[in-house]
Amino acid sequence: MRHWLVYSILFIICLSCSNEPSGSNTYVPTPSPLQIPQVFEDNILAPIIPVNNIQTEEGIILGKKLFFDTILSENNTQACASCHNPGNAFTDPARFSVGIDGSIGTRNSMPLFNMAWNYDKKFFWDGRVFSLEHQALEPVTNPIEMNNSWETVITRLQNHSEYPKLFEEAFGTTPITKELVTKALAQFERILISANSKFDRYLLEEATLTPQEENGLNVFMDETKGDCFHCHGNPNNPLWTDNLFHNNGLDAVFTDIGLGEITGDPADNGKFKSPSLRNLIFTAPYMHDGRFNSLEEVINHYSEGLQDSPTIDPLMKKVDEGGVHLSDSDKADLKAFLLSLSDPSFINNPAFNNQ
Amino acid sequence: MKKILALALLTFLSFSCSEDNGNNSNEDVSATFSFSHNWDGAEVNNTEFNTIQFTNANGEQMSIEKLRYLISNIRLEKADGETLYTSGHFLVDVTNDVNLVFQPYTAIPKGDYTNVIFTFGFNTEDNYSQTYTDLNAASWNVPDMLGGGYHYMQLEGKFIDNTDTETGYAYHAIRAVDNSDPIGLLFQDTFIDVELGPVSISKDLTFNIDMNIAEWFKNPNLWDLNTLHNMMMPNFNAQITMFQNGQNVFSLNEITE
Ligand code: HEC
Ligand code: HEC
Repeated sequence: MRHWLVYSILFIICLSCSNEPSGSNTYVPTPSPLQIPQVFEDNILAPIIPVNNIQTEEGIILGKKLFFDTILSENNTQACASCHNPGNAFTDPARFSVGIDGSIGTRNSMPLFNMAWNYDKKFFWDGRVFSLEHQALEPVTNPIEMNNSWETVITRLQNHSEYPKLFEEAFGTTPITKELVTKALAQFERILISANSKFDRYLLEEATLTPQEENGLNVFMDETKGDCFHCHGNPNNPLWTDNLFHNNGLDAVFTDIGLGEITGDPADNGKFKSPSLRNLIFTAPYMHDGRFNSLEEVINHYSEGLQDSPTIDPLMKKVDEGGVHLSDSDKADLKAFLLSLSDPSFINNPAFNNQ
Repeated sequence: MKKILALALLTFLSFSCSEDNGNNSNEDVSATFSFSHNWDGAEVNNTEFNTIQFTNANGEQMSIEKLRYLISNIRLEKADGETLYTSGHFLVDVTNDVNLVFQPYTAIPKGDYTNVIFTFGFNTEDNYSQTYTDLNAASWNVPDMLGGGYHYMQLEGKFIDNTDTETGYAYHAIRAVDNSDPIGLLFQDTFIDVELGPVSISKDLTFNIDMNIAEWFKNPNLWDLNTLHNMMMPNFNAQITMFQNGQNVFSLNEITE
């Protein structure tokens, strides 16, 4: 008889140990933790997931639908995917993306992948937004992008035949808010993981590099040649970016001052976030203003096209000669190596595409 | 019988509920290591970065844009020859004004110590024995073609060269390596053990340590940035020179309790 008492106390204590809200009628969506690729697991810190927006199956489904839906734009013509197209590793092939009314911005769209590993959580070319959740607030109301108001978006979603149910499944609440929209978008964006390039398989000893790619890696890693690794990662940091801000010598006089606009510090003028070098085969044109159409142009820039300015990064060498002047064969090998960082399985992943 | 088992389980569970951190011995204290920076005595913070305002021993005017370096293997020696090793390493990042203060997890027993020592960089074993995901994420690696492992320091900025041109420098310290034969690299250790001297520990305390950045360019080797301002990682002699100049860069300012 007393056993019963002891066991029920035991049960209560077990319950009180956990931090979960108790009560069986609270709806909990299905957790769906990020699948961390081996090359990241082996080498770098865990991804950053905000505690108040954990990944769930229902949240990701909703986020994906929103990402591909033109309902977010004022005249129902543009989705996030219009400028962030899966086939282009979630950027677009235009130099400057075109907004809903044909207006043209001044920045090249950015590819979207591995964003949960952007540890400082600074997004955009100039780092002006902190966290993915906040980032997604911007394009919807940006006049040269979706040019909408959040009130309109919420009303449309609320009156939609499917969305109210999807929001309820994802977050367990009925009123749709812009915060929930951005949370869902962020959940979808976090699953956009690219870690299956030829070079990743080489790191896992499942592929071998050609002699060209191997020499290209050496050019990349050699401080007297490319010296790319100080800013763009290395085989032990397979993000292939430092996610930090630098002036890589594009201009002597800036038309866009980048980070300087955000911090107000002239020492930051002309600095932009180092992009990842993954998936370059799909992401042309290159740089914050899409000025280079090919990797040859990018490599020639670093090799002999450097422009001096007060904030140019100290790692840019022989600036008075335009750069270190790589040999033609080193340039070709460097390009071959860079292409080994591209990951076709990423653009073809059905989980990331609109069906 | 079953009741006793259940009760035991109950007690166990109740205990496991509480968050006790064990190891609360009154005989242990925590030590903090705090790093400050100066240029021959004038304080340097990241607010002094990015403008040409320092003059090195060779007479070049220069600026600092980036300064980060690695501290590891803090240990305390006793008279009886015993050494207490603390775990962990940390990347002092003056550029972003973070990690200037470090408290090893290891609790430190009260008592008299004959010496407190830390390593600038990694000793040879630590440098290659494992993967440090935090340092990889900070792109702190040394290329495999130079033997792998990690940077010890990255000091970067601009100087006015002898043609009056503002020129970048990248003073990167790593383990010295002679790569004239790429398949037979020759190494020489260049990590620096910095000794802070004897200390009697009776309560929590902080070691306030200074780095005089100007020392890197001064003593015993006068550094001429005109002849050497970048591509120093594969330069064996440059690494040896940095190692020699690094001997008197750090000093113990004071111990506060
Ligand atoms: C009209 C084209 C356009 C549309 C529509 C658009 N974007 Fe973008 N996106 C851009 C451009 C251009 C940038 C870079 C802007 C900058 O840095 O100033 C960018 C940057 C981003 C970034 C920053 C990536 C990084 O690594 O810093 C994220 C995330 C992003 N967009 C997500 C979205 C989402 C989510 C939507 C839909 C709600 C969206 N975008 C709609 C053009 C667009
Ligand atoms: C000092 C840091 C730094 C170094 C060193 C560096 N880069 Fe960059 N890289 C950047 C930054 C910052 C950008 C973006 C600049 C902008 O758009 O204004 C960039 C852009 C690029 C891009 C364009 C990517 C895109 O998606 O638009 C490529 C490709 C590239 N770098 C390759 C290289 C190669 C190859 C090397 C070595 C030869 C190298 N980088 C060295 C900082 C660096």
